[in-house]
Amino acid sequence: MTDLLGVENLAKRFGGITATDDLTFGIPEGELHAVIGPNGAGKTTLIAQLSGHLRPDSGRINFAGGDITAVPMHARSALGLARSFQITSLFLDLSVLDNVALAVQARAGHSFHFWRNARREPELRDPARAALARVGLKERADLPASALSHGEHRQLELAMALASKPRMLLLDEPMAGLGPEESARMVATLRELKKELTILLVEHDMEAVFALADRITVLVYGRMIASGRPEDIRSNAQVRDAYLGEQEAVHG
Amino acid sequence: MTRTLNLRAVVVILLLLALVLLPVYVELTGSRFLLTLFTRIVILALAAVSLNLILGYGGMMSFGHAAYLGIGGYSVGILAFEGVTSGFVQWPVALLVSALFALVIGALSLRTRGVYFIMITLAFAQMAYYIVAGLARYGGDDGLTIEKRSQFFPPLNLSNKMQFYYLCLALLFASIYLVWRIVNSRFGLAVQGARSNDTRMRAIGFPTYRYKLTCFVIAGTLCGLSGTLLANHTDFVSPAMMYWTRSGDLIIMVVLGGMGSTFGPLFGAVALLVLEEVLSGITEYWQIILGPLLLLVVLFARGGIDGLLGKMRQKVHHD
Repeated sequence: MTDLLGVENLAKRFGGITATDDLTFGIPEGELHAVIGPNGAGKTTLIAQLSGHLRPDSGRINFAGGDITAVPMHARSALGLARSFQITSLFLDLSVLDNVALAVQARAGHSFHFWRNARREPELRDPARAALARVGLKERADLPASALSHGEHRQLELAMALASKPRMLLLDEPMAGLGPEESARMVATLRELKKELTILLVEHDMEAVFALADRITVLVYGRMIASGRPEDIRSNAQVRDAYLGEQEAVHG
Repeated sequence: MTRTLNLRAVVVILLLLALVLLPVYVELTGSRFLLTLFTRIVILALAAVSLNLILGYGGMMSFGHAAYLGIGGYSVGILAFEGVTSGFVQWPVALLVSALFALVIGALSLRTRGVYFIMITLAFAQMAYYIVAGLARYGGDDGLTIEKRSQFFPPLNLSNKMQFYYLCLALLFASIYLVWRIVNSRFGLAVQGARSNDTRMRAIGFPTYRYKLTCFVIAGTLCGLSGTLLANHTDFVSPAMMYWTRSGDLIIMVVLGGMGSTFGPLFGAVALLVLEEVLSGITEYWQIILGPLLLLVVLFARGGIDGLLGKMRQKVHHD
């Protein structure tokens, strides 16, 4: 098995609803793998299980050659699996730079250091500034995170994920709520990142998905109905019926 | 252009100077009462500083913080009653017992959130209150008189009011400095991150429970120190020192002064206790005046006194 991330027979139910229905797939190192599907298809639930936020009812999750099904969230992050949130989840009362520096600190071993001023430690601040520069937020570093626009929050989310030096990024709708200009910028940033990282992308913006993805998995009601290269997905009749048919935005 | 009047810094410097010079004024006027009042203020400010660490920086709404005042105080009281008067024994024991108590309470209560956390910390503090009230050998409800203050090496004599005041003041300053160092360290940022967004902290790889628990224990130990001072100040300990209304007083000091600010708890302690003293001299129903005053602060000055001083500074800059 050469996949960086592998999922076997994963299942998760909430009461009568099956949010993840016997999912099996693998993502090789270096791939940008998009997961699409109509609302309620279980995309966020899938990401939540991969990041350790939710426990699956059955099945297993492998990462970097080991079984991580029972590994808690903070330990998965330490293994190199970073998640960004669909609903922006930041430290709003801390500065932009503090937000990213915390992500760096998370990977710098334990934080039982009580005396040295962490805001003056170059080994935390320099990588944080570098990550901010990559997403275009360098000038906003000293503002409180609450002062940024929605689009900038998404960029900041990405900077935090980057700063944790992950092997794989789980991105939950990074384009959600962005204007056309901001979306284009996010696509450009992701295109840069996919050169270095394995990425699982959940996204509604089909234009972005087809522009970025190496492979696409289509979920409907928690079940995988297709998985393949973008051109295969586009010509797949089942996918069209279930999902793409409603979306005029997809050309092809 | 060069006028960068920082009102907050000016107030802090004036207040610290006033506290340092207070005994001189007391010597000149012979107002012993003022020294007693301010010794008490300084001791409770130390307790407020410790509460601010978990409440202001850690976002842990502990409603049982006065328990450590009682535990620190009773450690001194009980040891003194049993004939152990050396401060070198009493104080470490007081700090150790406070730390252990905080470790147990924290380990259980930090698994909960919000209202449950408040109720559990309150419940533990009340439990400690009733246990102490039931200790018949040590006075039970009536409390325990301390015949002899903690004994240290000869030149240091806690029975000397002036010396004792300066000891309390030095410990208060040291605590403010300690908390300031802690909150700006990696540990402090981890705790503040957990206050701001605990889920996200865990998602990026922080086991937040450990950091919050450690923070809880540091705060409890520091408040235990305040309790040992309080016992020596009043030469008396009683269950009332750990009653839940006392925990409420500490919260009021922190909120009034400014949660999560370096000098806020000191501002709050001085403001609340001086107001209490002045208002109770005017009318028996002084709480009727104090209540609405606190309400105004909570409604209109969310950063407390510290926040108000910061805002005025900004206004000056805009001129």
